[in-house]
Amino acid sequence: MAEKHLMCGNEALSEAAVAAGCRCYFGYPITPQNEVTAYMSRRMPEVGGQFVQSESELAAINMVFGAAVVGARAITTSSSPGISLMQEGISYIAANELPAVIVNVMRGGPGLGNIGPSQADYFQATRGGGHGDYRTIVLTPASVQEIVDHVILAFDLADRYRNPVLILIDGVLGQMVEPVEIAPPPAADLPAKDWALTGCKGRPPNKSRSLILGENELLEMNRRLQEKYRAIEAAEARHEAVDAADAEILLVAYGSPARTCRSVVRKYRERGYRIGLFRPVTAWPFPSAALAECAKGASAVLVVEMSAGQLVEDVRLTLGPAANVLLLGKPGGEVIQAGELEAEIDRIIGLHKMKRR
Amino acid sequence: MTTVFKRPESLKDTETHYCSGCGHGIVHRLIAEVVDELGIRERVVGIAPVGCAVLAYEYFNFDVSEAAHGRAPAVATGMKRARPDLIVFAYQGDGDLAAIGMAEIIHAANRGEHITVFFVNNAVYGMTGGQMAPTTMLGQKTETTPRGRNALGEGAPIRVAELLAQFDGVKFVERCTVSKPRNVLKARAAVKTALSLQIEGKGFGFVEILSPCPTYWGLQPRVAMRMIEERMEEIFPLGRIKEPAAEG
Repeated sequence: MAEKHLMCGNEALSEAAVAAGCRCYFGYPITPQNEVTAYMSRRMPEVGGQFVQSESELAAINMVFGAAVVGARAITTSSSPGISLMQEGISYIAANELPAVIVNVMRGGPGLGNIGPSQADYFQATRGGGHGDYRTIVLTPASVQEIVDHVILAFDLADRYRNPVLILIDGVLGQMVEPVEIAPPPAADLPAKDWALTGCKGRPPNKSRSLILGENELLEMNRRLQEKYRAIEAAEARHEAVDAADAEILLVAYGSPARTCRSVVRKYRERGYRIGLFRPVTAWPFPSAALAECAKGASAVLVVEMSAGQLVEDVRLTLGPAANVLLLGKPGGEVIQAGELEAEIDRIIGLHKMKRR
Repeated sequence: MTTVFKRPESLKDTETHYCSGCGHGIVHRLIAEVVDELGIRERVVGIAPVGCAVLAYEYFNFDVSEAAHGRAPAVATGMKRARPDLIVFAYQGDGDLAAIGMAEIIHAANRGEHITVFFVNNAVYGMTGGQMAPTTMLGQKTETTPRGRNALGEGAPIRVAELLAQFDGVKFVERCTVSKPRNVLKARAAVKTALSLQIEGKGFGFVEILSPCPTYWGLQPRVAMRMIEERMEEIFPLGRIKEPAAEG
C-alpha cells in the first residue's frame, strides 16, 4: 500500500499528474491555483518532464495542444478567468480529438471577480465552453483523495475517447489539506495513439486539422463527434448517492458543498428525518438516470451550489417541470455555511410537515 | 539519362489552391527540398497557420498539424518540449504571426525554443480578402485601408525579423525573398541554415520571406515580383540579421 501524505488539493493534483505519467505541464499564474505552477516548476525537472510558465493561458492551452498532438500526456491548470481565455484552445483540442487534461480551480466571477471559492463555471464546463458543438468530460471531485483519483482517471478517459477532460475544483478543495495516497495506476488498456504526429517513419503522413470545407464533411464530422459523446454518456456518467433510497428531501450538490451536505444529512438522519444526498461525480455526462431513480420518492429536491443556479438547470431538465426542485445558491465566491443549509432544510420540513421516523 | 529536376519527396503530387503568382508555392517547395536534403522527412512535424497556408498539410508529404490563428509558436513549443527528437517548424503569415499571434512568437523566441519559424510576409491578409496586415506598407491600399495605410492611427509596418533578433534566445534571423531566381536560392540557403540549427540543437531560428500577393496587391504576377524589389525591400531590407554563433 502506498504511503499517506498530507497535501493540499492543488499539490495533490500536481503529484497525481506525475503518477499518471504526465511529463508536460504548461500554465500561467492565477489565484487560487498557484500551488500547482509552483509545485510543477520544481517537480517536472525532477522526473525528466517539462514545465513552461507560459505568456498567457491562451499560450498554455496551445502548448497542451502541441504536446497532445505528438502523443504526450499534458495538463494545464488555471482558474475561472484563465479558463475563459483557454476556451479557443479547448474547442480546437475537442475538434482535433486530442486527449488533454485541464483543471479549473474555480473562483468568484463574473469578470475578475474575487479569489473566493465558486462553482459559477458549471455552464461553461458542461456545455462545451468555447465555440461549436462539442463536449468536455467534466469530473467534480469532493475530497483531496478524489482529486488524485480523478486526475489519474482523467488522463485515461482523455486517451480512451481522444477528448479533453476538465476537472472542476472549487477554491476550498484546492487549498484544503487532507491525507492522500498517490500511487502510479496499473496500466489501463488504452487504444494506441496511431493518429499522433510522431514523424512519418514507416507510415503515410498524419495530419491534424479541424478545417473541413468539403460539402457535408463538417456535418459528418459533427455526427461522428456526437456519436462519441453519446457513447461517453452511456458509459461514463458517475455519481454517489448517500441515504438517497428513501429520502423525502434529496440534496443535490457536487464539490465542497457536497461535503457540507453530507454532514448535514448525517445530522438530520440521526434526528430521524429521511434526507439524502445525490452527488454528481461527472457533471458531463450528467448522471440523469441515477438522479431520476434517487429522486423518485422525494417531496423536495434541494440543489446546493456556490453559484446563482447552474447545476439546478440540469436537475430540472432531468426531473421535469412537475418535480419540486429548489435552489440554495450562493454566488460571489462565498461558501455555503451548514447553518444556512439547515435553515433551508428546516423550512422545507415545516412546509411539507415532514415527520421524524 | 540524369534527372536534374523533380518533385521533392516532401511535397505531395497535388494541385494547390494558391492564386497564380502567389509566393507560397515557392516557399513550400524550398522547405520540402531542404527537408529532403537534410534527410529529416520522417522526423519533421510542420504547423500550418490560419491564413492562406491553412491547407499546408495537404501539400507537405510529412506530418503536419493545424494551429489556431497565431498560436503556432505555442503549439510548436508543446510539440518540441514533449518530443525533442522531432524537428518542429511553424509556417506563418503576417496576420497570423505579427497581429493575432504577436505574444506567442515573441515569447517562444525569447525562451529560445528549439524550433524553426518560417514567416511569409506579403503585407496583406489573403484568405479573408485583402485587409491590412501589421506589415502593410504606408500608403498601400487594402480592403480596410481604402485611402492607403496611414501611420497616424494605423501604425507603420512592423519589422518582425529585427524585433526578434534582439532576443538572446534567438540564434538565427534572415530576411529573404522569392522575387527572382537568385533570391530564391538565397532563401533556400536560409531555410537550410535554420533547420540545420534546430537539428544541431542550437536554438530558435527565424526566416522571414517577402512574398508576392498579386491578387490583393491588384498587380500582374510579374509586376508583383518587381514590387517586392521596388517597394518592400526598402521597408524590409534583405539579409542576415543575426548570424548563427560559431561555437560548437
